[in-house]
Amino acid sequence: MATVELRFSALPEHVRTARLVAAAVARRAGVDEAVLDEVRLAVGEACSRAVGLHQTAGIAEPVRVALIEEEKQFSIEVGDEAPRSVPGDRASQGGADTDVEAEEDEMGLAVISGLVDDVEVTAGEHGGLIRMTWPTTPPGVALT
Amino acid sequence: MDLSLSTRTVGDRTVVEVGGEIDVYTAPKLREQLVELVNDGNFHLVVDMEGVDFLDSTGLGVLVGGLKRVRAHEGSLRLVCNQERILKIFRITGLTKVFPIHTSVEEAVAATD
Repeated sequence: MATVELRFSALPEHVRTARLVAAAVARRAGVDEAVLDEVRLAVGEACSRAVGLHQTAGIAEPVRVALIEEEKQFSIEVGDEAPRSVPGDRASQGGADTDVEAEEDEMGLAVISGLVDDVEVTAGEHGGLIRMTWPTTPPGVALT
Repeated sequence: MDLSLSTRTVGDRTVVEVGGEIDVYTAPKLREQLVELVNDGNFHLVVDMEGVDFLDSTGLGVLVGGLKRVRAHEGSLRLVCNQERILKIFRITGLTKVFPIHTSVEEAVAATD
């Protein structure tokens, strides 16, 4: 199982909590201090996006965040349960509001892909998942 | 850390000093403030971001929305920011080309296009 798992109601006020927890676990896992700001921002973007998707689709299920410490790397998975047949096709389903939301959604993804080198975005009929991975420095190894 | 907002007038500019975190939860407050200022006839805004600890894409969206509103009245929206971690977000989204970004409020207030 993940090192730390978090499930929170799809409400904007909980996104900050997810950011703080993710940054704390990333620091412990050995993610470079200089990268922690990026971890915080990327996980916030992924969670904001998931909250938006749940709220738009009227989904009562919580947003899932898995913080996974592995050998030489640290991964964060943010999962939503908003179904879509094709990733990113929400814009074709509705009016102007949906377009604006889709635009904001794309902005979030743009920030994530600008920040994180190793990122996978998948989506299907049972929801979507963003997986982001950062390298870690094992304890005891000197930074040169 | 919540969002703090204060406004003051310098010449024909309205300076909005923002502090704390601008994210999906707090961004609506900033949006309300900008909308209110524009509705009250303040079309030349300077948003001072020096006290901002965190900014995400929701916050960027609000700033872009503010820019659209002031431009509809031939106004301007300038930013003041020296923090590298905040500037980086403007760079990776290409918004450094959209917003004039200044190093001080004085510089932003004095700037003309």
